[in-house]
Amino acid sequence: MKGKKIKISWKEIKRQKFLMLCTLCFVIYGIIFYYVPLGGWIMAFQNYKAKDGFFGSQFVGLDKFKFLFSDSTFIQVIRNTLAMGVLNLVSTFVMAIVFAILLNEVRNTMGKKLVQTISYLPHFLSWIIVTGILHDALSSTGIVNELLVNSGILKTPINFFAHKEYFWPIVAFANVWKETGWNAIVYLAAITSIDPSLYEAATIDGAGRWAKIKNITLPGIKPTIMILLIMNIGNVLNAGFEVQYLLGNGLVKSVSDTIDIYTLTWGVGQNDYSLGTAAGIFKSVVAIILIVAANAFAKKTGEETLF
Amino acid sequence: MKKKTKMKKGPADIAFVICNTIILAAFVVITLYPVLNTVALSFNDGIDAVRGGIHLIPRIFTTQNYRTVFNKNNIITGAYISVARTVIGTILALAANSLLAYVVSRKRFIFRSQLSLFWVITMYVNGGMIPTLILYRNLGLTNSFWVYVIPGMIGAFNMLVMRTYMEGLPDGLEESAQIDGAGPFTIFVRIISPLCKPVYATVALFVAVGQWNSWFDAMLYNRMSPEYTTLQYELMKLLSSVMQQGGSANPGTTGASTAVTPVTVRAAATVATMLPIICLYPFLQRYFVTGMTIGSVKE
Repeated sequence: MKGKKIKISWKEIKRQKFLMLCTLCFVIYGIIFYYVPLGGWIMAFQNYKAKDGFFGSQFVGLDKFKFLFSDSTFIQVIRNTLAMGVLNLVSTFVMAIVFAILLNEVRNTMGKKLVQTISYLPHFLSWIIVTGILHDALSSTGIVNELLVNSGILKTPINFFAHKEYFWPIVAFANVWKETGWNAIVYLAAITSIDPSLYEAATIDGAGRWAKIKNITLPGIKPTIMILLIMNIGNVLNAGFEVQYLLGNGLVKSVSDTIDIYTLTWGVGQNDYSLGTAAGIFKSVVAIILIVAANAFAKKTGEETLF
Repeated sequence: MKKKTKMKKGPADIAFVICNTIILAAFVVITLYPVLNTVALSFNDGIDAVRGGIHLIPRIFTTQNYRTVFNKNNIITGAYISVARTVIGTILALAANSLLAYVVSRKRFIFRSQLSLFWVITMYVNGGMIPTLILYRNLGLTNSFWVYVIPGMIGAFNMLVMRTYMEGLPDGLEESAQIDGAGPFTIFVRIISPLCKPVYATVALFVAVGQWNSWFDAMLYNRMSPEYTTLQYELMKLLSSVMQQGGSANPGTTGASTAVTPVTVRAAATVATMLPIICLYPFLQRYFVTGMTIGSVKE
């Protein structure tokens, strides 16, 4: 069937009328729920008032964007979003790869299966639950403070959520805790597809475990790492909402608030739809630039690309 | 294991195995401890829990926390809505995504690539929070149950996973059914769908877990309608009440005469919310793993 081009003709359309009908429904649904909101971007260039609607509201050009970039809070939330996004990306990536490699070295099949099953668990829990139990673990009577005090590192328990310097690491840890086992699935699958004769040859040459990991396993999963990295770079800005919203508080606001929280605060809290939309557009545009740039970079270095 | 015992193990190798075992054991402890600690807290007396030092076993055992949780009307409502949105949302998503995947996987279909692209674009570009909120408001979806199940019905990622699977089925199946006079809808229901059970299970599970775990939609669209609250959203409110008090000794407003505090009540609600998932996921994980590996196949 491949390569045979079907010509668009009335006869063909009539023959495929069921598929056409379905397509029509899916396109209408898609336009309403995915493409119409894009039309809402016009609000960012207006002083949108609900009572005036899209057509009656006053057009203000780039005023909302000018306000955004002169607002020091917005600059701060961009910094927070990027910093936490990059920190999360790097730490979850490294941990997943390390975990997959270490797990792959386990020879006991039962033990391997058990560890892997346990490692998926946090992925299936909601952020509400994860932040809740993390909050318990880090509270003044929680296990972390207890261990630190008992081992003499701390004299008195500290409130981790009241100190700005701990917020980013806590968020990164939460992401690592939740997703390491899950993210490792893809790497474990990639490791299994490496030609076993490479390992046998290396064993005969007297290579130890480290040498085999460094020279066979890592290069073997490099294409997988690259493609996942590109796919996730576009998501760097998306990774900044739930944990920050749930764990953030007044004391750490200046390091915890992200672009999405800013959008929520202004757009929903203050009913400034135009400003909220403008912040959302900025995020979307940066995400697209990041993904295109990452793809171009991969192409240049001869790696696997997304498109 | 048997294969390896034949090989001589050097001291470096033994050291590696020991280190590796320790690291993975630590990983398991770090993963499980906080969960088990929450379970222990949920069965512990509230006032006593404030003293701290509870690890894996409750110090003063009580089921009062659970009784408090299950006596709260908002949590019961939330549980009903959460179950309803999970069931209805999964059925709708499965029906819609599979039909769409079927349409775009028909090799003779003239608009297949255009329709695919139309949906792939939605993975990368979206209107954002505010325009979406205004759209739902205008469509009358806010303050209603349907906002949970209608807008997210089709997801491009789920559709692509299904499409990849359907494209792997042999062409001959459809052709022979056509010769027997079956129409496209009959082929979809009778021939293709039964063969797609594994991928349907995968997508159904992705959607079901997503529905069960989501809370933001309840907060953003249905804040004014307590009758459509969800379990996760109620849990989130409990969490923020705990955080505001900083886990202090104030007995909960939920019943000052009994020994419950926001911390232990929240722990009980957390356990009740994650119980269905913890019970089910070990049996269903292979479907998820299938989905992850199909999903990462390059376009």
